[in-house]
Amino acid sequence: MLCLELAWRFIIARKRPMLLSLSGIVFGVAFFVLTQAQTSGFEQFFIRTILGTNGAIRISDQFQDNVGTVEKVDQDGKVEFLFHSREDSLYREGVDQPALIYEALKDYPEIMGVSEIIEGNGVLNTGSRKSSIEIKGIRWVDHAQASDLISQIIDGSIDEFAADQMAVLLGSRISQRLNLKVGDRVRLIGGTGNLHLRVSGIFETGVSQIDKNRIYLHMGTARSFLGRFSGGSVFQVALKNPNRAPAIAQQLQNVLNHRAVSWQEREKVWLDVFKALRVSSGITVSCILLLSGLGIFNVFAILVIEKTRDIAILRSIGFSPQDVSAIFLWQGAILLSAGVFVGSLFGYAGTFLISVIPLRIRGIFSTDNFVVNWDLDHYLMAATIALFFVSFATWIPARRASKVEPAKIIRETL
Amino acid sequence: MDLNGGNHPVSDSLRVENLCHSFVDAGTSVDVLKGVSLEARSSEITSIAGPSGCGKSTLLYLMGLLDRPCSGKIFMNDVEVQDLNDIDRTRARNKSIGFVFQFHFLIKELTALENVRLPLLKSGTDRSTADEKSIALLNDLGLKNKSHRPAYKLSGGEQQRVAIARSLANSPKYLLADEPTGNLDSKNSDGVFELLLQMAQSLNLSVVLVTHNEKLAGRADRRFIMKDGLILA
Ligand SMILES: Nc1ncnc2c1ncn2[C@@H]1O[C@H](COP(=O)(O)OP(=O)(O)O)[C@@H](O)[C@H]1O
Ligand SMILES: [Mg+2]
Repeated sequence: MLCLELAWRFIIARKRPMLLSLSGIVFGVAFFVLTQAQTSGFEQFFIRTILGTNGAIRISDQFQDNVGTVEKVDQDGKVEFLFHSREDSLYREGVDQPALIYEALKDYPEIMGVSEIIEGNGVLNTGSRKSSIEIKGIRWVDHAQASDLISQIIDGSIDEFAADQMAVLLGSRISQRLNLKVGDRVRLIGGTGNLHLRVSGIFETGVSQIDKNRIYLHMGTARSFLGRFSGGSVFQVALKNPNRAPAIAQQLQNVLNHRAVSWQEREKVWLDVFKALRVSSGITVSCILLLSGLGIFNVFAILVIEKTRDIAILRSIGFSPQDVSAIFLWQGAILLSAGVFVGSLFGYAGTFLISVIPLRIRGIFSTDNFVVNWDLDHYLMAATIALFFVSFATWIPARRASKVEPAKIIRETL
Repeated sequence: MDLNGGNHPVSDSLRVENLCHSFVDAGTSVDVLKGVSLEARSSEITSIAGPSGCGKSTLLYLMGLLDRPCSGKIFMNDVEVQDLNDIDRTRARNKSIGFVFQFHFLIKELTALENVRLPLLKSGTDRSTADEKSIALLNDLGLKNKSHRPAYKLSGGEQQRVAIARSLANSPKYLLADEPTGNLDSKNSDGVFELLLQMAQSLNLSVVLVTHNEKLAGRADRRFIMKDGLILA
């Protein structure tokens, strides 16, 4: 306690260098929190959108056989195994018995929704403009349960879609490109021919790749257009807890004998990009904390030199070397906790400000403000990094302080 | 280890026997103390005089357990203390020994009172008792209204008196003063000397006073003169 009190007195007697040191920690922590809130905000946004659009698990392609063949070869007394994986005939495209799979999936307690989808490609033609697109044939009631489709519709409605077998739901970027509005007519060409569709709704997921390319048709309409009247579909599965997707996908794959891919595996490239972004911005911002650590080191190293006489005197009146280093460590602890506290407040306030600033983004994502993620972990991480640098910055001078030989110092001062 | 066994006042002495010390300077070993023996008794002032560089300060720091001798023995209250471990030495400095140096060595961030009560708080005395005792000491030393002044705002003589108050705060048995008046004018010097004399008697202290000032040295109860690391008389 006495050492803490002395630490405090030493700090407030040096307002300027201590405030400078403090501001380094404050800015480091604040920026760390802010950048993490943004990068992980976009990551969460992406995950949410992708889950709400494409589901947690996709089931496709039946396995033809589960194992390749293994051949045992005896050669000059050496035993070798030859593996034949029969790669080209491993899968048969699409689900063969959708009704059975559907029933099986419906019984899983962890599954929130199951939607059978028939996929294909085509070209939309308005007469003046054309655009190639990806077709998803759905049963809208099922799909609404397995996705956020209804809330993604920004114009028109699911009811209009439900009411008309020749209805189409367009991705928002398609509707912009082709200049189509709800109620307009459009031709779908390719496949077995030619469909006259009516635009019954426009949806926006926020992920440009999807909004640019996807249309939804009724299952029957899509099947007849694509000429695939049975089988060949895929399943989109929504989970109550998407984090369990890899384990559940594995389980489904074993039970159903179909390939089941979790969103984590499916979107690995994107998730890796986000992770890299998060880590690299974290490292960049940690440099602020590194620099403030160096600043603190500098301040403390000078302080220890300045205080050598006082240290000697404290030793002569019964302070141990440990007490002496405690005085300096406490100073570091005071700066650290004040810096982390104020920095977290600034980071919090900054995150809030950024989240409400109107900002139209039309790149990989479409949003109208910065997407931020509120996560206590960011604050803890910032505190940990600050702790790491400040500890080093104080520990070395504190150790030097504890090594002061009082007799030598006092004699030299005379 | 009981350095404070006060029921035997005559034995509350600080004694060194055949103390030797040397420093290694630029590769060569310099013998600074070459076998010093002396005793300082309680309620007395023991003065050590001698030319600059003869080893007075070195001797004093060894007696005060700030440094370790190369050979020889140090007795406090007839107990050998030169081989105490660091923890016991630190505790002895806190409780049994008071230092006063030529330069007052106050901590400038603290007030007079806060400086004085440091050894008390360090030894675990509660705050109100420590404050009471420190203020009483400051009053005794004529600093009645200055206890809440920052240390650096006091005059040289006042600062030295605060330093003396601090050295006495924990009621030590031994007060080691290294040219405490070296930095003061003669009026203040006399004042400090009178104070030490008074303290030695009223608190049963063994005071060891290293001084250049022959007049003050002459007034001590026991007088030693050092030269080249040896006691002459
Ligand atoms: N750390 C040291 N290294 C080398 N020599 C030292 C050291 N400290 C003191 N000395 C030498 O020891 C001698 C005695 O010093 P000191 O005890 O301070 O003398 P005094 O107090 O009598 O003036 C001096 O010659 C001084 O130069
Ligand atoms: Mg000296």
